Amino acid sequence: MNKTTELFAPGHRGCAGCCDALAAKFMLKAVGENCIVVTPTGCLEVFSTPFPESAWNVPWIHSLFENTAAVASGIEAALKALGRKNDTKIMAIGGDGATIDIGIRGLSGAFERGHDFTYVCVDNEAYMNTGVQRSGGTPFAATTTTTPAGKASFGNLRPKKNMPQIMLAHGSPYVATTSIAYPKDMMRKVKKATEITGPTYVHVHAPCTTGWGFDGSKTIELGRLAVQTALWPMMEIENGDITGVHKIRNKRPVEEYLKAQKRFKHLFSIPDGAEIIKKIQELADWNADQYDL
Amino acid sequence: MSKLTVVEGSYAVAHAAKVCRPDVIPAYPITPQTHIVEELSQFAANGEIGACEYITVESEFSAISALIGASAAGARTYSATTSQGLALMHEVLFNASGMRLPLVMTVANRAMSAPLSIWNDHQDSIAQRDTGWIQLYAEDPQEAADMTPQVYKICEDSKIMLPAMACFDGFILTHVYEPVVLLEQDLTDEFLPPFAPEHILDPSNPKTFGAFADPSIYSEFRYMQELGMSAALKKIETVADEFNEIYGRYYGGLIDGYYLDDAEIVLVAMGSVIGTIKDVLDELRAEGKKVGLLKIRSFRPFPTDAIRNAVKNAAIIVPLDKSISIGKYEGALCTEIKASLYNTKIDIPVLGYMFGHGGRDIPPERIKKIVSEAEKAIVNGITIESSYADLREELL
Amino acid sequence: MSSKLCIGGIVEPGSTVINKTGSWRTFKPIYHHEKCIKCGICELSCPESCIIKTEDGYYEIDYDYCKGCGICSNECPRETIEMVLEEK
Ligand SMILES: Cc1ncc(C[n+]2csc(CCOP(=O)(O)OP(=O)(O)O)c2C)c(N)n1
Ligand code: SF4
Ligand code: SF4
Ligand SMILES: [Mg+2]
Repeated sequence: MNKTTELFAPGHRGCAGCCDALAAKFMLKAVGENCIVVTPTGCLEVFSTPFPESAWNVPWIHSLFENTAAVASGIEAALKALGRKNDTKIMAIGGDGATIDIGIRGLSGAFERGHDFTYVCVDNEAYMNTGVQRSGGTPFAATTTTTPAGKASFGNLRPKKNMPQIMLAHGSPYVATTSIAYPKDMMRKVKKATEITGPTYVHVHAPCTTGWGFDGSKTIELGRLAVQTALWPMMEIENGDITGVHKIRNKRPVEEYLKAQKRFKHLFSIPDGAEIIKKIQELADWNADQYDL
Repeated sequence: MSKLTVVEGSYAVAHAAKVCRPDVIPAYPITPQTHIVEELSQFAANGEIGACEYITVESEFSAISALIGASAAGARTYSATTSQGLALMHEVLFNASGMRLPLVMTVANRAMSAPLSIWNDHQDSIAQRDTGWIQLYAEDPQEAADMTPQVYKICEDSKIMLPAMACFDGFILTHVYEPVVLLEQDLTDEFLPPFAPEHILDPSNPKTFGAFADPSIYSEFRYMQELGMSAALKKIETVADEFNEIYGRYYGGLIDGYYLDDAEIVLVAMGSVIGTIKDVLDELRAEGKKVGLLKIRSFRPFPTDAIRNAVKNAAIIVPLDKSISIGKYEGALCTEIKASLYNTKIDIPVLGYMFGHGGRDIPPERIKKIVSEAEKAIVNGITIESSYADLREELL
Repeated sequence: MSSKLCIGGIVEPGSTVINKTGSWRTFKPIYHHEKCIKCGICELSCPESCIIKTEDGYYEIDYDYCKGCGICSNECPRETIEMVLEEK
């Protein structure tokens, strides 16, 4: 007999220590039963709904990889037309690939149209479901299976696409960044996002044991390090203004974070590794400065 | 007595969609579908479609995706598209039928680019034949309008639950002004019951839609779609009859015939060219030629048995296609009719022609020429199984 | 699960509970309740939601689902949860 009362049920096939499973658990905890969830193709979708099973105790739909926001638009319009919207929350939960890359057209359209729903991007910084390929969310210098390091490459050449800023540019009344490493912060922001009328966006940083190469017991620890190094700033932006920033008490050097993961291991052996680590430190410092972390 | 009004074909269809009381209409404009969605936006803006939500999506990909969300949430949905828009939807078309969502979409048939063409042929919808959508083809604006409540009734049947395309020819039918009967709201309410799906996205009864299938159960879901299609074979016929009872108009069920019973030469076609062919046949019959027409109304499900039965006494069958399978050099009707006759005792030559691609006009003379070539083929046999009937050799 | 497939593949909520992921485990978390300060961090941190609060405010682990990831042990501020090699 299953003993938990959580809305995201156990028995799912997520890796031991899976970040996406934690994210799903926190989101449903925050929003409660009265919601409809849309999820694109990706780890979370595949491991939570192997037919004839489902980990979801709320109504849930998966259509395709790149159309989550449009499916959510249709649900919202239907509930309104049928007079069933009431307090029902519509929450789309997409991976970084589904959100930042292939699904951005539909997401942009849905936000521009102003549908009343919340989009949560669970950003594990690569296409995990298909075997850890690079996405627009993969950080600078990380290796993935399509940005391997080699004599002619130090891994991913580009920094992460600044998705929260893009969503902000759509005039969203609420854009927040958070991390699975800070469950209370994450739950508060997700709940708040769903309570605000209009299209709201929460970007969740989610360290993936399998894709980043660290022990499954460290999922939360790694998430904390990303925040403490200022590589992942956590904030809230309401109606265009930054209204809350998670302050870092003792800022850590980025090496601590990088060293803990296989995807950055090469930086500690290649000739220009120190130079690249310096650049990553600069990215972190820029964040700390820019957002007064 | 129903009142005739002179309206554009697009208006007749938009009006028909309106009286079906759709809850959600996500649509993206594309020639020659634009007038349909413009009319519907106006109806919605006037508050004439109840609480209907018209969504100005940013692409056809999102139009069809929003239809999926809306339908799963329990809404009756409508959209319209064509050509490039339909092709952009390709991936989602499979998804909708696999999820068994009874979406209804008008397709204003148009050629596929490249070369870019905004004019009519059937390449767009034919290219989607394997996506699991019901496809009916209308011959004139009235039939296109009348087909709209018919497809809702067909695809929302609990044994069918498949999406449907109501296809009618771009420009030729979408932009023609003709006297039509605009569908009456009261008759439509009598004909079409409200949409009441068994499962919807609802927090009080939380179901999971769109789970992931392993090899042990995948084929069974495909086969169940096929069962839905076979149920539709029957339903298309009964719905056409029910429509006739209530509105007093009938266009055939799966197929229809014109001078078919004693025809030696059977032309097979769908869409607006049916009208031209009928006129030509009136003339040829007056000359004593035994030519008939098999109109295909339902291309999916493909009415194999009805076709076999309709053509079994012919001397030659002549499918006329507004599509081409490049690399096979024949159109879809040609291929599928031949396939339908194989493994039967029916041994009738099939002589295929393609014409009217990219909007090329199909004058009556072209059809007469095809008939005379068919007459020769009855005597001399077939030398070329399939060819373009209107190729401009001088340009090649 | 019913023996017949539902049209469209609709699935019942929460039905993954039939899949006992406890069999995946290599290391087993052992909860030493005498060290526990009832902060609830382990419960919140478990991706399988298999750390269950008991009536006395302490916790127990539902080994039917525990995959042995060790997050609970790593996150516990008081080293209450010990990871030991599972005896199979
Ligand atoms: C149109 C399309 N292209 C590619 C794929 C293959 N695919 C499925 S999931 C996925 C990656 C998902 O990445 P992300 O959205 O980051 O989610 P994650 O699995 O990392 O949680 C890819 C590339 C697909 N299903 N559909
Ligand atoms: S690969 Fe990463 S995101 Fe995917 S199930 Fe495993 S831990 Fe979770
Ligand atoms: S080891 Fe992992 S799965 Fe097991 S109880 Fe601890 S956190 Fe949960
Ligand atoms: Mg990812």
